Amino acid sequence: MNDTMKIRAQLKNDLTEIKVLMSHPMETGRRKNDFGDVEPAHFIQLVTATLNGKTVLEAQWGTGISKNPYLTFRLKGAKAGDKVAVKWLDNKGESGAIETAVTAA
Amino acid sequence: MATTLATPLRALAAVWNKPAFDSRDVEGALQGLGVGGSTGPSRDIVLTAPDMAENGAIVQIEVESRIPDTEAISILVEKNPTPLIANFVFSNGALPLLITRIKMAETSELKAIVKAGGKYYSVSRKVEVALGGCG
Repeated sequence: MNDTMKIRAQLKNDLTEIKVLMSHPMETGRRKNDFGDVEPAHFIQLVTATLNGKTVLEAQWGTGISKNPYLTFRLKGAKAGDKVAVKWLDNKGESGAIETAVTAA
Repeated sequence: MATTLATPLRALAAVWNKPAFDSRDVEGALQGLGVGGSTGPSRDIVLTAPDMAENGAIVQIEVESRIPDTEAISILVEKNPTPLIANFVFSNGALPLLITRIKMAETSELKAIVKAGGKYYSVSRKVEVALGGCG
């Protein structure tokens, strides 16, 4: 469904570890391309994560997050089969979303 | 699909903290975040980062707060053109821990600011950068 994001949510001893990888250029607006032109800023500004529809993490990002952002976070109390969803929105209004079910390790 | 998912996020776009992220110094960024006064150094924030980063474009860091009632963690790189990297707010069972990869323009202090119980705490460590990554 979505080839620009990857997600894994693994449950181990009551802790669920979620790993997310997003495909995004994260341009700062300062980098010059091969033609000497400044690449306009293009970066993810907002990331939200939900567990069964309830917000668990809300992040605001600047240009200092690396290209193709990687994020790991942990939840307490999630069960196998619970739904974890992550969405992002960038400064151009583009967005991405992915959902997965928690799996026991 | 993309549009239906984007709608609630668009409403959120207004919340992006432009003054804090656009600030060119740490003080301005902290002011933008609403961090008032001094942030007491805390040993209960574990900030893991390489002492020496080969490539400033990708520096993996881990921040964990052991301070009770941690609500939010902010990450700053003092010598980046815009020091504020990110702000994370935790709720509903999310543990105050994150691992991510950041850009560092040059050798600098890396700071984590924790908001817990309405107060602010900080930790700082130096990361040497061999090749800057903020172009």
